[in-house]
Amino acid sequence: MLWVECPNCGSRPFEEYRYGNVFPTTPDTITDPDARNVDHAWMQDNVGGETLERWFHEAGCRRWFTARRNTRTDEFLPVDP
Amino acid sequence: MNEFVETLLDLPWQTGEPKSSYDVVIIGAGGHGLATAYYLATRHGITNVCVLDSNFIGAGNSGRNTTIIRSNYGIPESVRFYQRSLEMYQTLEDETGCWIMHNQKGQIWMAHSVSTARTEQTRALMNQACGAKTDYIGPDEIKQLCPQIDLTGGGRYPVYGASYHHEGATARHDRVVWAYAQGALRAGVHVFQHTPVTGLLKDGDRVVGVQTPRGNIAAGTVISAVGGDVTTVANWAGVRLPIRTHALQAFVTNAYAQEFAPIVSSNDLVFYVSQTPRGQMLIGAEYDRFASYRQATSFSYLQACSKKSITMFPFLAKLRILRSWTGICDVSTDFSPIIGHTGVDGFMITTGWGTWGFKAIPAGGSQLAELVATGSATLIEPFGLQRFAHEAAMADPSSAGTR
Repeated sequence: MLWVECPNCGSRPFEEYRYGNVFPTTPDTITDPDARNVDHAWMQDNVGGETLERWFHEAGCRRWFTARRNTRTDEFLPVDP
Repeated sequence: MNEFVETLLDLPWQTGEPKSSYDVVIIGAGGHGLATAYYLATRHGITNVCVLDSNFIGAGNSGRNTTIIRSNYGIPESVRFYQRSLEMYQTLEDETGCWIMHNQKGQIWMAHSVSTARTEQTRALMNQACGAKTDYIGPDEIKQLCPQIDLTGGGRYPVYGASYHHEGATARHDRVVWAYAQGALRAGVHVFQHTPVTGLLKDGDRVVGVQTPRGNIAAGTVISAVGGDVTTVANWAGVRLPIRTHALQAFVTNAYAQEFAPIVSSNDLVFYVSQTPRGQMLIGAEYDRFASYRQATSFSYLQACSKKSITMFPFLAKLRILRSWTGICDVSTDFSPIIGHTGVDGFMITTGWGTWGFKAIPAGGSQLAELVATGSATLIEPFGLQRFAHEAAMADPSSAGTR
């Protein structure tokens, strides 16, 4: 079973959490304001590797926190490496 | 006699190394990649085509799905597209001479509340208007079609009604891949397994070929038919995609001795059940909520999905889970496929197949081949990547077997 480290509750089973997606990023190479809006609304980084993302401890402290995770292994890593 | 003999397979592989140049190079030898190659060669006479895969053919999501073929979608463009695909599946055995174990079963899509009953009624009317055969049926008819069902849903999920999709079917997933591979190879297409593409060759902004460990291959057009890792490939070309990769899990039980005729889905509970030709009960559900490339099954999923399916089908409680698998789905943000030009010259894409890719293989392949050969293809016109910039997203989440 996958365990996730909550900053408030400690290590808890994965099922207690809800996924809140990564921080949205629009590359600086896109300069046109309309194109930036489209990118912000629809496009995803979808990184295969380490991502910095938001998680919600739904069945615990009910607070949002930031986590670093490797999307190829589902391994949770320290937020500040 | 074993009716699943796989030695009948006859794939006339080409010999030697890839040529230095092809008209079309397709990345990904799954259903969509091979179908595109097959239709390019057989319908449009473009045989100077090469299909590359980092693994064996059909090793990705073509081998990790639930083999359901249906066209009961919620928006007209999708219904027309998937209906074409469904009809092509019906004649695929005659066309290719390969037995794909196509079996028309009918699909029951149950509603357990007034609001989802309304959704299913709408679906039936919408489907009829766009050429798919779907009717709204009541609980009595559902019981006739599927005697194993508990219409009270354990007291918690009573069945109000269902949309019944007459032409819903299943086919054997790897046989579909083999049928297209065989047809493409016979027509002179080159298919190289275990040849990963490690980068794209570019001339300015234009994509002019691919890099592989077996050397660079120049191409007039590069098509990405990659499942899962499509974002990586698109990034090489400088294309941003509205795709997030999620795991979708499914499992089969040991054989159920009686016949379970239809495919049954539930709109509220989000799961679907069908019986494989071996008699095993195949159960699947929605994809995992969080993005992941890990092809792993989780115990909590098996538990949750078993509970949901036993609620509607109490006999399942006596069966055992035999094996499970996980595909990584490239889910687009509007739950519709992305197919066609990318805005980068020489680079086309077929992706966003999320949880609905297997049923789309024939139409997706033939339409993309038509687009490559003739420059236009009507059915996939609404599904271009450009739709997001033009505020013309094809939102259809309720039909994707998810929520």
